[in-house]
Amino acid sequence: MPDVMKPEILKRNKALSVNPLKTSATLGAALAFLGFRRAIPMLHGSQGCTAFGKVFFVRHFREPIPIQSTAMEQVSAIMGANENVVEGLRVLCEKNQPDLIGVPTTGLAETQGTDIHMAVREFRAKYPQYDAIPIVAVATPDFTGCMESGFALAVRAIIDDLVPDAATAGTKPSRRRRQVNVLAGSALTPGDLEHLKELIEAFGLRPVVLPDLSDSLDGHLPAEEFNPLTIGGALVSELATLGDAAATLVIGASMDAAADLLRDRTGVPEHRFQHLMGLTAVDALMQTLIAISGNPVPERLERQRAQLQDAMLDCHFMLGLTRFAIAADADLLIGFSQFLAGVGAETVAAVAPATAPALEHVCCDRVAIGDLEDLESMAREREAEILIGSSHAVHTAQRLDIPLLRAGFPQYDRVGGYQRIWIGYQGARAALFDLANLLLTLERGEIHPYYSRLSPRPDEPRQHTH
Amino acid sequence: MSMNRKDIAALLDEPACAHNQKAKAGCSKPKPGATAGGCAFDGAQIALLPIADVAHIVHGSIACAGSSWDSRGTRSSGPTLFKIGMTTDLTEQDVIMGRGEKRLFHAIKQAIDSYRPAAVFVYNTCIPAMIGDDIEAVCKQAQARWGTPVVPVDAAGFYGTKNLGNRIAGEAMVKYVCGTREPDPVPAGIERPDFKVHDIALVGEYNIAGEQWHVLPLFDELGLRVLCTLSGDARFRDVQTMHRSRVNMMVCSKAMINVARKLEATYGTPWFEGSFYGVADVSQALRDFARIIADPDLTARTETVIAREEAAINARLEPWRARLKGKRVLLYTGGVKSWSIVSALQDLGMSVVATGTKKSTEEDKARIRALMGEDAVMIDDGNPRALIKIVHKQRVDCLIAGGRNLYTALKARIPFLDINQEREFGYEGYVGMLELAKQLCLTIESPIWDAVRRPAPWAIGGSAARAAAAAESIIADTGDASAPEVARA
Repeated sequence: MPDVMKPEILKRNKALSVNPLKTSATLGAALAFLGFRRAIPMLHGSQGCTAFGKVFFVRHFREPIPIQSTAMEQVSAIMGANENVVEGLRVLCEKNQPDLIGVPTTGLAETQGTDIHMAVREFRAKYPQYDAIPIVAVATPDFTGCMESGFALAVRAIIDDLVPDAATAGTKPSRRRRQVNVLAGSALTPGDLEHLKELIEAFGLRPVVLPDLSDSLDGHLPAEEFNPLTIGGALVSELATLGDAAATLVIGASMDAAADLLRDRTGVPEHRFQHLMGLTAVDALMQTLIAISGNPVPERLERQRAQLQDAMLDCHFMLGLTRFAIAADADLLIGFSQFLAGVGAETVAAVAPATAPALEHVCCDRVAIGDLEDLESMAREREAEILIGSSHAVHTAQRLDIPLLRAGFPQYDRVGGYQRIWIGYQGARAALFDLANLLLTLERGEIHPYYSRLSPRPDEPRQHTH
Repeated sequence: MSMNRKDIAALLDEPACAHNQKAKAGCSKPKPGATAGGCAFDGAQIALLPIADVAHIVHGSIACAGSSWDSRGTRSSGPTLFKIGMTTDLTEQDVIMGRGEKRLFHAIKQAIDSYRPAAVFVYNTCIPAMIGDDIEAVCKQAQARWGTPVVPVDAAGFYGTKNLGNRIAGEAMVKYVCGTREPDPVPAGIERPDFKVHDIALVGEYNIAGEQWHVLPLFDELGLRVLCTLSGDARFRDVQTMHRSRVNMMVCSKAMINVARKLEATYGTPWFEGSFYGVADVSQALRDFARIIADPDLTARTETVIAREEAAINARLEPWRARLKGKRVLLYTGGVKSWSIVSALQDLGMSVVATGTKKSTEEDKARIRALMGEDAVMIDDGNPRALIKIVHKQRVDCLIAGGRNLYTALKARIPFLDINQEREFGYEGYVGMLELAKQLCLTIESPIWDAVRRPAPWAIGGSAARAAAAAESIIADTGDASAPEVARA
């Protein structure tokens, strides 16, 4: 999608954040760890940080969420909490022997001055019997960034700790000719990732998705009655093979730093995509997959492309010049704004919870860093007709009296939001249909009857007018 | 931190809390790697957020408000200000440069300017507590400057558990709000010589899903005016008059027991502990009010209302009781609910085979034994694996617990009823029993259980596999493609 003009970025200018849009970086990091099999994140902070996070994810995914806490309290908050980290790790290792423990820090731990890596080293020194269990620590205080950035930091930390250098490990790009690594940003839902894997497989390639939420939080019923760890996800053992892949696909600008590191470590050629929403973006993905696999686009994907084109024809009447308001983390905001611009719609109000360099790619004239109150006033002032945001935006949409399409985190007032597919030709087509149908419920362009006083029809009741 | 350790210790050592009378002293410390509960801030927010016309400002970084705002099932009959999430959303610069207090001061002004709240509550959280923001001073200054009451609730997460947070919140109400206004006169034309209105208050009642609206009409009829509910569907001005209550009822929770005790100590208000769950308990609560107030007219009215309501609800519950009779329930919930819900379930003819007692006091446990018999299975350690084991061993038909256990139960294919904060259905009062019965039936009797426990037909070694093999041989023998349908049938 062409970036015709760069939007102006409006900085936060209020003391009070009202109806916050932001989810913490800490939870973003926790989510990344939840995309690995037999894993568990343990947040370094007070037990409330974890309890809130757990409820947040449970309500969104409608799944039990394995997540623990270092349970900092009065004494450790003042005197230092490395002991809590060591003890928490010991308990998790002893009870569950996980394949991966992630330790994201909270603002509390960082304010106290925790050196989380040192705490993990203390654990290693004290309990060498658990050396085989990978532990990845990452500093993700909630006073910096947002969910998207925390997620990306955790993925980068996982690569840093667990993907070996090509020279030392002896990995070689394209030794596994069919393997394609996918670094998937937090904007992709489990449904998106499942679809993306099918697209890649359709070219005879084997995707290794990091993190793979489509395998852990897709909402499936496993045979076992209870699991204290994640019930699916990327295999930690596969991290050692990333250097042998033919290529790496990077989805979302938020993953840039993680992608840089993976490329430098392994030398595997990479292909970056800001998003996979809409015809242009998916065409680019197809081109890349043709190049990597040497195979043509399978017939059924050609068909899906033709179906999307047909939907664009059908829907452009409803979507053309429609005024959108969008509240989302940067990658999702970029994706939606470009996708909508591609069908002639306009993004007139755009809010992101935290700043990100990629925001310059949002297809609109200005992006506010702020909250849902900012979105509401911007949408009202600029007469937005439809809103895209999380379940938190329900009341915003009600007050604005415009429809809401739910996307992003959290979605707690609907079932299955996590499984929605936005990407690919099929995802784009479904999104177009849904948006067009929402717009068809509005009386746009409706001309109300005129009742002439010169030729009254007193026996006829008047139609309800708006 | 602003709240010193002595203050916290004093709150933990709540004399009216039976937890203190046994070896287990007060609320214990959480364990790294094995915790399940919320923090003090969580508890404070839960206790007060339902006060509907207040601007609730969370002073801290985003995690505290960002993942918790707009997540309660509590309802208001009027203002919806409490549903507006507000936080100072502290940045790294605020933390490093120590600009938290300044941001808070301006945030309070912004909230007052934009929303004209009846009052502002400021919830402290870990980071400002650690860097030493004096929120009490900021609140005082803001109140003096703008003339709107600004109440500090100093319950940073690391001070302790959710329970402690409940108490800190209650303490803040007693200290800053109760007694700052006199109640309005009773509306004219209501009181008669034989109908005197008595003022009461409900403490620890949160109006989840609007359930207190099942009970309030009864109070109206009896002439019991609820001056304040702490905090379901409350207004700030209600809390201000709470000191004038004649009797306080601690509803289904020991969490804010300090409020009842302090109001008793300061204003001499008697209080009792009760529940609105279950026919017998609702009647008991009404009788307790009448007993303490000791107005013969009220007592007579109470008995009339109870007789009428019990007859009506019993008739309506009859078909449900037939369906639920003998069903076995495992109740896993904290404290008082462990006994208050037991009697409601027994009322429906169900058999409660085990109950969680992690948060229960010795007194709660005695009540459980009285209700369930000496063999009552009490579960102290509620790890999911152990719960599932008890479900199987005791042939439990339904697990009743809080939302956090919901999906754990479903993954284990166990019928489930949610009993906590976030639930969408109200079970209080006589009428609430109908909803409770319906919700129990719809999960216990659901046809899905067989389907979700059944392996795929091709995965079974027995008859299904043989049928498939037979069908294949029919195709091989006859070449008739329609034959498999016959074979499967």
